[in-house]
Amino acid sequence: MSTAPAQPPGSTARPAPRLTRQRTDWSSALWTSATLLGTSFILVLLIWIVGDIVVHGLPGLSWRFVFTTPKKDFFEPGSAAVLPMVVGTTIRVLVMTIFVLPIGVITAIYLTEYAHTTSIYTRVIRSAIANLAGVPSIVFGLFGLGFFINFLGKNIDLAIGATSRFGHPSVLWASLTLAVMTLPVMVIATEESLKAITPGLREASLALGATKLQTITRIVLPNAMPGILTGAILAISRAAGEVAPILFTGAAYYMADLPTKLTDQFMDLGYHTFVLSTQSPDIDKTRPILYATVLVLLMLTFTLNAFAIVARARMRRAMRAGH
Amino acid sequence: MSALQIDKTTPPAGSGQHPPGGAPLIQTRGLELFYGQTKALKGIDIDIQERLVTAFIGPSGCGKSTFLRCFNRMNDLIDGVRILGECRVGGEEIYEPDIDVIELRKRVGMVFQKSNPFPKSIYENVAYGLRLHGAKDKAALDEVVEKSLRGAALWDEVKDRLNSSALGLSGGQQQRLCIARTIAIRPEIILMDEPASALDPIATAKVEELILELKKEFTIVIVTHNMQQATRISDRTAFFYLGELIEYDQTKKIFTNPAMKQTEDYVTGRFG
Repeated sequence: MSTAPAQPPGSTARPAPRLTRQRTDWSSALWTSATLLGTSFILVLLIWIVGDIVVHGLPGLSWRFVFTTPKKDFFEPGSAAVLPMVVGTTIRVLVMTIFVLPIGVITAIYLTEYAHTTSIYTRVIRSAIANLAGVPSIVFGLFGLGFFINFLGKNIDLAIGATSRFGHPSVLWASLTLAVMTLPVMVIATEESLKAITPGLREASLALGATKLQTITRIVLPNAMPGILTGAILAISRAAGEVAPILFTGAAYYMADLPTKLTDQFMDLGYHTFVLSTQSPDIDKTRPILYATVLVLLMLTFTLNAFAIVARARMRRAMRAGH
Repeated sequence: MSALQIDKTTPPAGSGQHPPGGAPLIQTRGLELFYGQTKALKGIDIDIQERLVTAFIGPSGCGKSTFLRCFNRMNDLIDGVRILGECRVGGEEIYEPDIDVIELRKRVGMVFQKSNPFPKSIYENVAYGLRLHGAKDKAALDEVVEKSLRGAALWDEVKDRLNSSALGLSGGQQQRLCIARTIAIRPEIILMDEPASALDPIATAKVEELILELKKEFTIVIVTHNMQQATRISDRTAFFYLGELIEYDQTKKIFTNPAMKQTEDYVTGRFG
């Protein structure tokens, strides 16, 4: 059907060529199914992992398991419990957030609002952040041991004349190590949200006689808050399940009491998972506890994230409403 | 600068019938601006009189917006900008090191091309400038907010929803809100950088009407691409081309009987 539309008037014998043609576009179809397959694969994998953990973990879950400290043997289903690990992981994530949030935000503010984009110093900071993001987490663990405990901690002890008050693994040093590890995530997410604010808003504020600081605190930061919280969510997600950075810096195999101060060591859900899966004298007997522990770790991570997600949603609503 | 040069442009030809001779509110002499190595403004002399609307016209990239932004030092925000020459506002050299830029910007307000209300309530947008400078008294704030919104011909449209988001307003309303926000801090001069170029004809007409109203209290300098707009609202017009001030005179003269060939070509649409 390649006839030109220039038909002599009155010739009704042939219909006008149709613009649509029924034809299967095989390459498109193939591509569509390939992308769909890839996406489904991720979904299946996620459902499989989470499903497996929920199915095998739920039977081991009980109030006693989550909210008591383990008596005697934590490899025994009868006496296993995870309260100290839940407490330990929660504290280290929260303390980390307290450190990483302001430092990350301040760094991002410097980079986007103050630094000259072309200066060597800015470029050095940027590449340092990019490289920091690529360092394996076990290296952060060793860095924490070397810098925070052996250098900083021991020297604080020397300075205040204490024997081993700071110079040993603790919640504080583990949290700081995690903060260093998650700093790039925090900085990059905050930077993105700062860059997304239209320059027009900054100009408008300055043109009204605002100082740069007033513009940042009253216009830039409030508008960047959702993005900053996204950064916090990413940092928390990354840190909650990490074990390597806290191996040498604060996690304990077993502690009879809950940590009461930042210089105490702590038990940790992630590290405990590792202990349960490698140190158990009878792995078959320990397996239900292992599943239940992993389930608790997942739930805790989701809960910690949920706080930030709810805060972010509220802030977005408030911004739309104009407050 | 020598008296000779001052004489060159003051007063612009035919300004006799216009308000009191007096000192011009804005005065530049040999003002040059560089972006890095590029010379964007090539020695501009101008006298802008009080309580008049002065329009800057010229093809895109001629430097008129850049020049406008010299008066409240908004060009300071751009890396690598250098400014030479004299630029006085109210007789004071504003590029002297001891000038307080904050004070300058309180005296020289600005309305931008793209309306840029803060993502805050209508009320907080107008109160922003006052709060910056320490205003706390609720009653006093209320009064200024109302007065400013009335001044920007927006009050009747928003008085029942002062606490809802400014982002819910139409484009034209947003631009008038930005004007209200600017007049709330009582500047002497309002710089407008193509304030109506993103608005529909009806919203544009409202903004133009408003400018004629504001002229009674403020000195207005407006950059516009719309020639009819310049004839409708301005008393003086300055035509810029390639970083130079080609001609500056009464608007009527610029559009009916310009002295320069380039100006005539531009206003009659033969180039630009």
